[in-house]
Amino acid sequence: MTAMDMATRVRRGISKSTGKRLALGLAFVSPWLLGFLGFTVYPVISSLYYSFHRYDLLRSPIFLGFGNYVEIFTKDPTFGLVVYNTIYYVLLSAPLGVISAFLMASLLNTEIKGRSVFRAIFFIPAIVPAVVTAMVWSFLLNVQYGAINATLRGLGLSTIPFISSPRLAKPSLILIHMWAQGNAMVIFLASLQDIPRSLYEAATVDGANAWHKFWHITIPMCTPVILFNLIMGFIGGFQNFTLPWLLTGGGPNQATEFYALFLYRQAFNYMRMGKASALAWILFIAIVVFTVALFKSSARWVYYAGGTE
Amino acid sequence: MGIAAPTSDAASGREIRGTPVGKPGSMRSRISTVLRYLLLIMLAISFFLPFYWMISSALKDDSQVYTVPPIWIPRPAHWNNFPDAWLQHDFIRYAVNTVFRYAIPVALAGTVSSAVVAYGFSRLRWPGRDTLFFVCLTTMMIPFQVTMVPLFIVFRGLGWLNSYRPLVIPAFFGSPYFIFMLRQFFLTIPEELADAARIDGANEIGIMARIMFPLAQPALIVVALFQFMAAWNDYFGPLVYINRDAMYPLALGINQLRSALTGIAISPLAYPYLMAVSTVATVPVVVGFYFTQRTFIEGISMTGLKG
Repeated sequence: MTAMDMATRVRRGISKSTGKRLALGLAFVSPWLLGFLGFTVYPVISSLYYSFHRYDLLRSPIFLGFGNYVEIFTKDPTFGLVVYNTIYYVLLSAPLGVISAFLMASLLNTEIKGRSVFRAIFFIPAIVPAVVTAMVWSFLLNVQYGAINATLRGLGLSTIPFISSPRLAKPSLILIHMWAQGNAMVIFLASLQDIPRSLYEAATVDGANAWHKFWHITIPMCTPVILFNLIMGFIGGFQNFTLPWLLTGGGPNQATEFYALFLYRQAFNYMRMGKASALAWILFIAIVVFTVALFKSSARWVYYAGGTE
Repeated sequence: MGIAAPTSDAASGREIRGTPVGKPGSMRSRISTVLRYLLLIMLAISFFLPFYWMISSALKDDSQVYTVPPIWIPRPAHWNNFPDAWLQHDFIRYAVNTVFRYAIPVALAGTVSSAVVAYGFSRLRWPGRDTLFFVCLTTMMIPFQVTMVPLFIVFRGLGWLNSYRPLVIPAFFGSPYFIFMLRQFFLTIPEELADAARIDGANEIGIMARIMFPLAQPALIVVALFQFMAAWNDYFGPLVYINRDAMYPLALGINQLRSALTGIAISPLAYPYLMAVSTVATVPVVVGFYFTQRTFIEGISMTGLKG
């Protein structure tokens, strides 16, 4: 106690006036502050400005009012499909990704030999370059010579046209998403290891079986992390670009034309910077609304061991 | 319960999870251990399958690639696919671009700047600090699509297209994700050492550079590694800013190889070459992960638990 008091007093004695401390603090964070102004504040405002204009990089921007927004919602024939594809993907990939990560983490959290080997195998898909993931899976799922279909053909069974069928393209992308859940898995693993052993011991004394313990201890204790991973999954899903871009290019028959692909094309293929900015703002608002709604709902299903905040 | 029923195995796998299970050596616990290993091994095999397929396909020639049922162990193995694929195309240049123009500059600049900012957000006391830190965290919520168009317009105006400047210069201003990670780490280091140095008249920059950074070395290395790997893996950034072949990073080069090979109907060596190049692009990431596994995984779980 006294040592801490001393330290505080010493710190106060040395510390200068509020103004000087403020100046020093700002000096240290100044790189971020400048970057924040230049790479966040300016582009965010600027993007809002462009969203009300027609701008093709060649002529100066022409004011349209809500023209871009009206066009997107009422005149663009593909917008509805893009929204459908994106919501389909987000609503399935985020929960399934969380389940996959949670299952892996649960298995790794038992007493097993070679845990670090299994952990590495489950984790590595999350860190390989997206281009590699796309190349490997496009070959693996290839309808004629891919490992899966060539095996099926070898057995005389009919093939599965994974990414070449409009019906299966989205589920195939979700499957790959479930494969690359290393980050979420590691976060789950840490939270599983944080659950006090005494809880399980007390439950055993009370005669609970493994299933009870899983439902009434493990799951509730993990809900904060489930929420975190779910939110990350939703946000990532809304912005999903690289894998569909490389693996399916939005096809077949626009089945994987997701929001981020559509937006990218507007900006860099059709040079419609204003419309792309309007699309970005719609996406931004959708993500914020979605995240807030999820947080609101979390009061009902998330359990904070340290008391609710 | 047979091996052929993976879904029901999955369910029982979760049941097993609630350790401690039964009495050690009892029949029940022995069965559950066996089931747990079975499920783990089956999952591990299916998770590793794409990588195995990539490596084995990289060693095939055209007759081995288009075989039904597929060949899992190519004999003979065509090891020369690796140098051939690598040398026939400009991959050495792509790799040099990726490492020296992109990944190393970003890792160095991003780590130093994020560390300095994190120091200001954790070890200094000043009015408004926590408000600004909160602002810093919320910027992570903004989808990159919102800032993408205006930044492209600005960088284009500066004449930075077809260079790595749009991808490297922002790293000098720190990245909220790594600022957050390093701040969490700095907060775990006791203040006493810094106080002692302050009494001796050291200034803040000296304390940061000579006391804090050496103590935080593992965290700094992980942050540098994360950024190196993110740049190595990045496809979207270069896609937006770079369209001159000579400036391509590996990610764009690999995709270009695919378009080139599959463009000519079905070129026989398309897949082996593509898989050979993909294997080489994967190796540094896996090696980097392997040698830093512990700190690497701690870094990720830290952001999740304290977030």
